[in-house]
Amino acid sequence: MPINTVGRFEVKYLQVVSEEGILDSALAPALSDTEIRKFYEAIILARTFNGRALSLQREGRIGTYASILGQEGSQVGSALALAKDDWVFPSFRETAVFLSLGYPLHLMIRYWMGDERGMKVPEGVNIFPMSVPVGTQIPHAAGAAMAMRIRGDKRAAAVYFGDGGSSRGDFHEALNIAGVFRAPVIFLCQNNQWAISVPRSKQTRAGTIAQRAIGYGIEGLQVDGNDVIAVYKAMKDALERAKAGDGPTLIECVTYRLDDHTTADDASRYRASEEVESWKKKEPLIRLRLLMEKKGILAKDYEDSVLKEAEAAVDRAVQEAEAMAAPDPADILNYTNAALTGRQKKEMKDLGWRK
Amino acid sequence: MAKTNIVQAINQALTEEMERDKDVVILGEDVGRDGGVFRVTEGLLDKFGPDRVMDTPLAELGILGAAVGMAAYGLKPVVEIQFMGFIYSALEQVFSHAARVRARSRGRFGCQLVVRTPYGIGIKAPELHSESAEALFCHMPGVKVVVPSTPLNAKGLMLSAIRDPDPVIFLEPSRLYRAVKSELSEGGAAMPLGKADIYQEGKDITVVAWGTMLHRAAEASEGFDCEIIDLMTLKPFDEEAILASVKKTGRLVVVHEATRMCGLGAEIAAFAAEEAMMHLKSPVIRVAGPDAVTPMARLEDAYMPDAARIKRAYETVMEY
Repeated sequence: MPINTVGRFEVKYLQVVSEEGILDSALAPALSDTEIRKFYEAIILARTFNGRALSLQREGRIGTYASILGQEGSQVGSALALAKDDWVFPSFRETAVFLSLGYPLHLMIRYWMGDERGMKVPEGVNIFPMSVPVGTQIPHAAGAAMAMRIRGDKRAAAVYFGDGGSSRGDFHEALNIAGVFRAPVIFLCQNNQWAISVPRSKQTRAGTIAQRAIGYGIEGLQVDGNDVIAVYKAMKDALERAKAGDGPTLIECVTYRLDDHTTADDASRYRASEEVESWKKKEPLIRLRLLMEKKGILAKDYEDSVLKEAEAAVDRAVQEAEAMAAPDPADILNYTNAALTGRQKKEMKDLGWRK
Repeated sequence: MAKTNIVQAINQALTEEMERDKDVVILGEDVGRDGGVFRVTEGLLDKFGPDRVMDTPLAELGILGAAVGMAAYGLKPVVEIQFMGFIYSALEQVFSHAARVRARSRGRFGCQLVVRTPYGIGIKAPELHSESAEALFCHMPGVKVVVPSTPLNAKGLMLSAIRDPDPVIFLEPSRLYRAVKSELSEGGAAMPLGKADIYQEGKDITVVAWGTMLHRAAEASEGFDCEIIDLMTLKPFDEEAILASVKKTGRLVVVHEATRMCGLGAEIAAFAAEEAMMHLKSPVIRVAGPDAVTPMARLEDAYMPDAARIKRAYETVMEY
């Protein structure tokens, strides 16, 4: 009896702007110069914030911080594709996602200072508080998307995680459930090549993370994560499918974590500087600048003013964050349950926290 | 009026609450067409459709995680975990997320969900179908823990659990599902969480118990003047009811089938020591499971506190 082939699969890779800054006009989404400038401005803001956060950490003004340097293309491109009423479920390394969606900068700083009020997401901003345990937020997005479908809301949920997170059961159970319920959810994996010290090759024997989608019967593709335009296009297409009822998509953004895992890490212990240098040449801002130069939309005074504005915004945010009154110890108890229990009231009194 | 068992009582509560509030949805394994392995959700799929009664893939972590996301979006999911022993893979979703979302977001998001699961020993089921791990959840700030003991309180507590803005772990004693019956009216009232019930009044011994052990403790009380408190909500438990009773009787026995080591009995005993030491005439005694994994069918009777063991505890405290 012949052995039949019962399935045949392929994994697509999307790049829209080459490393030389040449745009593939057949693949490129329709983007005005203003929209392209928005990518640039968002990357500059995020990078400025990120640099300042690293300085603040060294000065002891904030706690441990997870740098996003090198991942701005994946974060900005995907975040700017979202509609205002879509929902986002971030990990702890998504500064550019938060800022691109209008998250108040001073709250972001306050969070990294170790103050929960920094994750009191303003009303109207649909970002779930960042998740510290890796990958555990992935099923949340599947569930929120199921809820959107149940209510008939034309929205989608997007969840951010990394190559390390894709090894967790949470990832697999979430993709599976989302597939079964055709939930409008985008699983955005930033494959930044390193989960602290463990390289991508040791996370999975699979050639790509994108191909994991095949096992769950959902769409999946690999994207040049340092090509902000390609990420934007992949995300836009995925959102459109999701909202049309065509189910989830897994997007693997191939990118690189140029900095240490966090300020508490020393990446020189486990990876070669040659590797880092080679990725530095491919980082997303270089690519976008080449494109904008070719289009003639990157004048020196524009560049200067974007940087100046970003620096001013971050300055203001630091001031505002540091001027905030100290958090109230009573809030430790106040926000554990919706209302204080009898035990908690007594503890509040015993600890002298009751005003 | 027809007599109702606990399975039917919870089914009634789910039905009434789903009729009242369209945000209430059910998800879990076999909860749809099959009506759940104990039939608690029987008929709900036909009544409310597959958008509100969801048969999920076999994935406890994914189910709980998805429920956290649904709750964030504004639905009120009622999750069924088929047996308590299967919740362990999903503990991270309960502990690291459901219990913490409110604190983490300083109240911007909550996590209004109920996790229902058959609980406890006594139905001669396979391994890990008889766990009583309530103390794990009682230890975790941010969640509430409820154990009903009769159809009446099962219904009333379930109505409150669904309406409660915090995540509630609702542990259904599988041994009692069809063993206890009471008359139940439709549209019955919700019973507040955090309030115990004086199941039996008495003067000499305060007995605190819940679920299956409540009935055992009552059985064993013949010949003693026991005041039996059905705790019902294990967290936050009704400190006032215990205190008032202990002040009256001067003796306290806590009965639970879960292992004694760091079981809820330890907390209740410590509470009595801190708050009522001067009223106690005897040591506080716990009747509980040994420090051993829950055995399979052939040994479950040996593991479970029986009337004789409970009686011995009553005798011991009465020696003082």
